[in-house]
Amino acid sequence: MKHTAKIIPCYAADTAGACSALYELGGLTVVHDASGCNSTYATFDEPRWWDKQSMTYISALTELDAILGNDEKLIADTAAAAADQNPRFIAVCGSPMPMMIGVDFDAVAAEIGQRTGIRTVALHTNGMHSYPEGASEALRAAAELFVQPAAQKRPNGVNLLGATPLDFGNLQTVPHIRAWLQEAGFSVVSCFAMGDTPETLAQAAEASVSLVLSECGFAAAEYLYERFGIPYVCGVPYGAAFSAQLAASLRQSAETGAHAYPCALRGTAGKKITVIGEAVSAGSIAAQLSLTGFAANVICPLPHHEEMLGAADSDVFAEDEIESALADMQPDAVIADPFYRFILPNGTRHIELPHYAFSGRCFDKIIPDLTAARFDAWAADL
Amino acid sequence: MQKNLKKPPSVRIADADPECLFLSGLEYNPPARGMWNIVQMGMLIPGAHQIYGCAQGCLRGVILTAAEMNALERLSWISLTEEDMFNGTLEESLIDGTAEIVDRLEQHPPVVLLFLSCMHLFAGCDFDAVIAALSERFPDITFVDCYMTPTMRETLPPVVQTCRQMYLPLQPLPKNPKAVGIIGNDRPTDESSELVQIIRGAGFTLRDLTLCKTYEEYLQLAECSLNITYLPTASGAAELLTERFDTPSLYLPNSFDYDEITAHYQTLCDALGIPCPDFSADIAAADAALDALKQTLGNMPAAIDYTFVSRPFSLAVLLLKHGINVKYLIADTVGEESAAFGWLQQNFPALMILAPANVNMLHHHTDAAEPLLAFGQKAAYYFASDHFVNLILNGGYYGFSGIRAIAALAADACRTPKDRRALLRHKGFGCASCLL
Repeated sequence: MKHTAKIIPCYAADTAGACSALYELGGLTVVHDASGCNSTYATFDEPRWWDKQSMTYISALTELDAILGNDEKLIADTAAAAADQNPRFIAVCGSPMPMMIGVDFDAVAAEIGQRTGIRTVALHTNGMHSYPEGASEALRAAAELFVQPAAQKRPNGVNLLGATPLDFGNLQTVPHIRAWLQEAGFSVVSCFAMGDTPETLAQAAEASVSLVLSECGFAAAEYLYERFGIPYVCGVPYGAAFSAQLAASLRQSAETGAHAYPCALRGTAGKKITVIGEAVSAGSIAAQLSLTGFAANVICPLPHHEEMLGAADSDVFAEDEIESALADMQPDAVIADPFYRFILPNGTRHIELPHYAFSGRCFDKIIPDLTAARFDAWAADL
Repeated sequence: MQKNLKKPPSVRIADADPECLFLSGLEYNPPARGMWNIVQMGMLIPGAHQIYGCAQGCLRGVILTAAEMNALERLSWISLTEEDMFNGTLEESLIDGTAEIVDRLEQHPPVVLLFLSCMHLFAGCDFDAVIAALSERFPDITFVDCYMTPTMRETLPPVVQTCRQMYLPLQPLPKNPKAVGIIGNDRPTDESSELVQIIRGAGFTLRDLTLCKTYEEYLQLAECSLNITYLPTASGAAELLTERFDTPSLYLPNSFDYDEITAHYQTLCDALGIPCPDFSADIAAADAALDALKQTLGNMPAAIDYTFVSRPFSLAVLLLKHGINVKYLIADTVGEESAAFGWLQQNFPALMILAPANVNMLHHHTDAAEPLLAFGQKAAYYFASDHFVNLILNGGYYGFSGIRAIAALAADACRTPKDRRALLRHKGFGCASCLL
């Protein structure tokens, strides 16, 4: 299938998602790649690279090793790095070339685990998909690695799932989501995976409900439900009205054990606003707008679960398709990353909301923190 | 501590094997972004449009490089999927995707640099057929096959290959006996350098891609009767122009050895048929600048990294000969500097060489024990020094005047700290940046 773009960027790839998800967990993450994956990730997709070091490396695959299928070099080099750096776990993930030559990452991970005695997981990225796929698999793997059965539940305990800078590029947002939960009467049991250690993640089974902050957290949410019976709610507390609704959903889910998707709530009356972005974040913004008198919908060009979107939403992802969808929708305003400006219909108001997974560092200094009532101030002149 | 490591990140030069300074292994990527990549190189051709056909993960880096340069409108892309690899539509996807993009551009560019990836090469993509089909469909555009193929870097690194391909659109022109080209650079050579002074002073026109403002000016590069290269990565470009236009070329590497520099100038003057000037005053000025640097620096240690100049070992020799306390070199190969390496091994056996991408360099910057003058961005990062000379690959400086300039910049860096984080995060030294 041909997927072209004249001008807009592509989103961060699955490899970046995997690295970002595991960044703070003390593991050694290896992308089996020649060169570009780590430099792209470190430069454009990882705002923590300067301040907080993480054992995230590439294998430096060469043509000879690729042609000869020299997996032994990857295994031996990873084992050597692990011996030197003593990580808590090891993750190996793929890029385009290993996909091309058919590297068996499950076997590679098993071999590394056996040689090092360190728990090793294979992540099945190939650099040809968007970041939620890699991050989602990585966070589920982290849950499988760390979470222990709980002796008892915390009645208002919440897990935050799917927190990475790719979706929360303002690094104050996740701490503020924690603070909002506490103010709303919840306690944060764990956050996958910003700001918590593996010891904290180990307690995740004590939670009564999980809050899925992005598609990146969905697979971990499903795991925690399947393994420990913890239901999940999808949404980000953007705006006072939606945050109140989200808090109510969390309480209800904790009580009933049923999942909820408040991020899919949409209104049909009022000024038309389209939000382009990741399903849960963009959906939560659209839900907040819908609660406050707008007819809001979403274009989600990224992988998502269908329950996260509303009926009037779109999941087109190619540049020309997004252009056409916007022409059909005829919104009064579009909330989207600044780089979408190139394909908005003439005369449509563009409310710029930088998304790290799209524009990288270009607007990193102006990514707003929209947690709870901060959104209302940001959106005051809509 | 280090002796127990499986892959030590440093070695005394006395103990180092010039054929293999360090064992290969996993690699770390330090946050020093000044080196150019193929996107920035491609932007040098006035009016050129770049199209990348590759996987999303690879696209991301090149697209955002262009974005940070405020040049998104000069780059487009075709994303490869798994299906493209196996369903026999690899060439078709490239042709149709490129045509679709070109049709949507407001006006046709004179040149399209079409980059394919490692996957295309491994899948046996017939790139000649792709270029031929596109050239037939858009006869007003020159399509150039380019390669973002880092997996092949040991055979032909992408930077070397891109440097060569960038001269492919040139067409034969009548030779101009008074035109000289400097080939394969990413920035202009310092106008006050003896190299430029010799060429211009003798009435020759100097042509250099980095000076071209229009596509027409770029095409004039073909008229040169002599081409000069001084970066190792430019060799393929010079060979191409010799093959295609029979233009002789001189490789005059950016040396820090006075005798070698003088010999280069003699070679150049012989080729131009002009008398070689006397450089005594230039040498004296370089020496004076180095002495002044020593005066400013005292015994403060210095570190040089391989991105600072094309010949870091030779620079170390020059500085050490002038009493400057070079204690560290950050480099993973010796390259064409075996003589300088041998001299250092003999005379300064305690000099430490550090591996720039070794995983055990991850926390090196937090252990920086002493104040240090850093020559280059990676040295500044790894030694956490705000006193650094911010240049990439000689920064256009050359010869005795280049030594003088670098010494002056170093003395200034010694006196005045820089905003390390802001300067090191800037992708592509000297490029426009939306981060500034």
